[in-house]
Amino acid sequence: MPTTPPPDDVATSDASLALSAWGDRIFKGLLVASALAAPALLVALLWQLLSGAAPAIGAFGFSFITDSIWDPVAEKFGALPLVFGTLLTSFLALLLAVPLSLGVAIYLTEFAPERIRQPIAMVIELLAAIPSVVYGLWGIFVMIPILQSSVYPFLEANFGWLPIFQGPIYGPSVLSASLILTIMVMPFIMSVAREVLLAVPAGQREAATALGATRWEAVTTAIVPYAKSGIVGAIILGLGRALGETMAVTMLIGNRHDIAASLFAPGYSMAAVIANEFAEAGLGTLHASALTYVALILFAVTVLVNAAARLMIWRMNRGAGK
Amino acid sequence: MTPPVRATLAAGARSTDATPAKGAAAVEATDFCFWYGANQALFDLSLAFDAKAVTAIIGPSGCGKSTFLRCINRMNLLIPGTRAAGELCVEGRPVYDPAIDLVAHRLRVGMVFQRANPFPKSIFANVAYGPTLNALVSKRDMPDVVEQCLRRAALWDEVKDRLDAPATGLSGGQQQRLCIARALANSPSVLLMDEPCSALDPIATQKVEELIFELRQDFTIIIVTHNMQQAARVAQRTAFFEAGRLVEYGETDQIFTAPAKERTEAYITGRFG
Repeated sequence: MPTTPPPDDVATSDASLALSAWGDRIFKGLLVASALAAPALLVALLWQLLSGAAPAIGAFGFSFITDSIWDPVAEKFGALPLVFGTLLTSFLALLLAVPLSLGVAIYLTEFAPERIRQPIAMVIELLAAIPSVVYGLWGIFVMIPILQSSVYPFLEANFGWLPIFQGPIYGPSVLSASLILTIMVMPFIMSVAREVLLAVPAGQREAATALGATRWEAVTTAIVPYAKSGIVGAIILGLGRALGETMAVTMLIGNRHDIAASLFAPGYSMAAVIANEFAEAGLGTLHASALTYVALILFAVTVLVNAAARLMIWRMNRGAGK
Repeated sequence: MTPPVRATLAAGARSTDATPAKGAAAVEATDFCFWYGANQALFDLSLAFDAKAVTAIIGPSGCGKSTFLRCINRMNLLIPGTRAAGELCVEGRPVYDPAIDLVAHRLRVGMVFQRANPFPKSIFANVAYGPTLNALVSKRDMPDVVEQCLRRAALWDEVKDRLDAPATGLSGGQQQRLCIARALANSPSVLLMDEPCSALDPIATQKVEELIFELRQDFTIIIVTHNMQQAARVAQRTAFFEAGRLVEYGETDQIFTAPAKERTEAYITGRFG
């Protein structure tokens, strides 16, 4: 390298360097700002929820979560049925959706004929794009009549000895809402689980096969365990969707502030009560504050569920040494 | 030398068979052809592999040596649209017989891959995978079998204190020896090795080669390799493949010092490939 390059060369390169240093600085500033925007938004949101809910927190404290009375006229508010409804519908939805979705994902990645894999995966991903109000409408006009005329009477006739399948059959109910949630979260779990299974290295399948595993054994003992943490991630994504789903649940759950043993009975959920009552609760009233409190709890439940899931994935990965 | 693992096999296992005597052909191909869809990958291969000996298959990339290896335990079956013709027998049993019990066949024919592919489980669980899956060994005897296999794979001293540690935490060479131990746990009689050292450093490679040299006393080993020195070091016999055909097959010394075919000489002297 020459120790003294031509002078005008130095000048131009210095100038362009200075310019690019400026560009670098602006670019970096923009990136830092956008990286900070997300946590800042979260903090602002939390602050808004807390300050909005403050009157209700002051009036009811933690008994808000354990009380069941919701009376806007008497200004008495308890959110237990809402929390219960949200958790129960989400849990039931996952209970049904997880095995179905994993079954489809495993079929599509391991067993389905090559030429139908891509089309089916595409259709499934399209299902995830349907607006929830459309699911809700379909649920009311198509799904509920079918459930009411055949499925629910069948359950009652054959499993009526279980308390959860007793009592009068309403169309809109906890079970109806759970079923629509099942249909709504399945595409999410399926498509993520499918991606995760596709990402399992071919060497894992080959190792299992060469050691005398049948196709099915290779799936259950090598491929699915390898993809375990990703599959849990897929389920959590579905759970997050189920917990926060508002429109379709509001349309199908029956909106009754009550905890019933029967799944045929109407119930309520946190998201649904907020959507239903926000317009009628006057700004600055205790009612509006109570709804904000519900929103805060919903927020906390979602964060807790996600944190628990991350912890679980972390511990699983540590055990497997990944 | 530890006793053969086979001695500890439990009754009721999926398969157990006596191995053929030393010197007999363990794997034998007669006019064997193989297709991927419309592309023919192997042409009229006829060669026999000695029992309890190491045979190397060498040849330029794409010559079909890995394809042939994967035909022997029918791993190619995982790829749709493949087809085979001619005869390929392992210990006298035709491999492409439609009635073959593939699981039993793969227990007889173990395989070690180019890239070490341990399961993301513990070291113990990796070795115990095959015997557990196929109910070859009772739970009570499993620790002994795992120890024997790890000893035979020259890995025991390095991992005996951390059998519960994740296998993926081992070094590349250790992972490959673990994969060999895992294959041995099924008590195969034939061991296929598809470039087992190509992803390893020279020291790890040396350890695996020493291991292969040890194992030939009890196993029929067929090793595909790109490394001609490796073939010269570990194999008694060497086959040279080119473009899906067998060009020359003979004693390793003869192949490397006095090849009969001009193409073989060109390849081993580095003029192509």
